[in-house]
Amino acid sequence: MSATVREIGPREARETGALLVDVRSDEEWKVSHIPGALHVPMSQVEERLPELVPDRSRPIITYCAVGARSYRILPTLDALGYEDAISMAGGIVAWRELGFPVDSESRLDEDKRERYSRHLLIPEVGEDGQRRLLETSILLIGAGGLGSPSALYLAAAGVGRIGIVDDDVVDSSNLQRQVLHSTAGLGERKARSARKALTALNPDVEVVTYEERLTSENVDRILTGNWDLIVDGADNFPTRYLLNDASVWHDIPVVHGSIFRFEGQVTVFKPHEGPCYRCLFPQPPPPELAPSCAEGGVLGVLPGVIGSLQANEALKLALGIGEPAVGRLLLFDALGARLDEVRVRRDPDCPVCGDNPTITEYIDYVDFCGGR
Amino acid sequence: MTTVRIPPTLRAETGGESAVPASGSTVRELLDDLTGRFPALRERIYPEGELARFVNVYVEGEDVRTREGLDTRVSDGSTVILLPAMAGGC
Repeated sequence: MSATVREIGPREARETGALLVDVRSDEEWKVSHIPGALHVPMSQVEERLPELVPDRSRPIITYCAVGARSYRILPTLDALGYEDAISMAGGIVAWRELGFPVDSESRLDEDKRERYSRHLLIPEVGEDGQRRLLETSILLIGAGGLGSPSALYLAAAGVGRIGIVDDDVVDSSNLQRQVLHSTAGLGERKARSARKALTALNPDVEVVTYEERLTSENVDRILTGNWDLIVDGADNFPTRYLLNDASVWHDIPVVHGSIFRFEGQVTVFKPHEGPCYRCLFPQPPPPELAPSCAEGGVLGVLPGVIGSLQANEALKLALGIGEPAVGRLLLFDALGARLDEVRVRRDPDCPVCGDNPTITEYIDYVDFCGGR
Repeated sequence: MTTVRIPPTLRAETGGESAVPASGSTVRELLDDLTGRFPALRERIYPEGELARFVNVYVEGEDVRTREGLDTRVSDGSTVILLPAMAGGC
C-alpha cells in the first residue's frame, strides 16, 4: 500500500463513488462541504471513524481544503485498519474550481447579499468571510464608551451573536460619548438599551445580555457561552485582571482597549500565542494614579476611535485575515494625532500564562488592585 | 538629548508637560536626570532608584525589562515612553 500513489483528483474521486470523508474543522464544514460527505474533524478521526465506518474494506477518500491535511491523516487510517484509503488532491478548493457542487449550511439569501454587499466585494471577506462573521460569537465586556462603537460596528458587520456584560444603567453623563444609548433610554439597563439599538441596526444579530458585573463567581458561566472572542471595554482594574486570568484559562482571545482623557491603548491578547495582560502590566498602578473617566474625564470621540480599532481587530480575528495586534500595543494620542506602537512580549515567568504558572485560580481582584 | 513621553496620569508630577527632554546614555541616567528635576515624579515611579513595578519604560518601542533594565542604552534622539496601565473603558 505504501508504494502506491495515495492521491486522486477530484474528478476521479467523484466517479469512484467511494465514501468522501471531510477532515476539516466544524467551522470550515459549515461554510461549505461536498454533498454526501462524512464529516470527521482530523483530531477526531482516531476516535470516531471506526464507529462511523465499521467496514474496514470500504473505499475511503479523505479531503480537506487543499489536500495537505487529508494526506497527512492517511497513516492514521492505515493504523486503524482501513484497507483502501486515499486523499483527494487539491481538496474542496480544486473540487469547486471544476464546478462540482458544494453544500453549505448557511448560504446567504438575497437580503443578506444586499446588506453585506460591500463586504462581499472585498476578496479578503467575500461570501465565505461573511458567512464566517454570521457564525461568529463575540462577547463585549461593558456597553459604555468603548463597548458602544465596537458593538455597533460588529453588529453592522453581521457578527451573528453578540454578548453584552454590563450591570450599569444609562445616565445622562454617558451620552457625551456612549453612542449606543440615547436620551430616550435614560435610566434603562445598558445591556437592554444596547440590545434594542443593535437589533434595530441589524436584525440578523442575536444579542445575549448579562445584566451583571463580571465577578469571580459568574465569569466561568459567562465565558462558557461559546464565545470566539472577547472585546474588553471594562472601566476598572479588578475586572481587567479577572478577565485576563479567565480568558487565559478558557483560551479565548481578548481585544483590549483602554482610554483616559486624550489617550488610548489597543492590543490583542491571544492566550499562549502571545502575551497576556499580566505580561504587559504585572501590577496595576496605585489607586491615586488610576483615575476613572468619571474622575478624570475623557474626550467624547476618543472611545469612538479606540473602540473602532478594537472592532477592527475583532473582525480581522474573526475572518482570519491581516495582522492582528498580537504582541503590539498601539498608543493613540488624540491631541498629537499620533499613533505609536510598542512591543509586548510574552513573559515566561508570567504568573498566569507563563511556563510555570503560580496563579491557577481566581484571586481577590479588588484586593490585588489596592482595594478599588 | 532624549524626549521622554509622560502619560496623562503622571503629568501632575511634571507640571502638566506631556513630553520632557532628559539626558543620559542609559535608562538609569535618564531617569536620574528626569526625576532629579521633578522630585514628585521620582517619588511616584523611581523611589530609591528602583523603577516601580506598575510602570513600563520603552526605549525605541521595547520594554526595558525585556532588555537590560535600567542599564539599557539610550541613544541620542531616541524616544522614551513611560507607561503605566490605564483602566478606563468608560
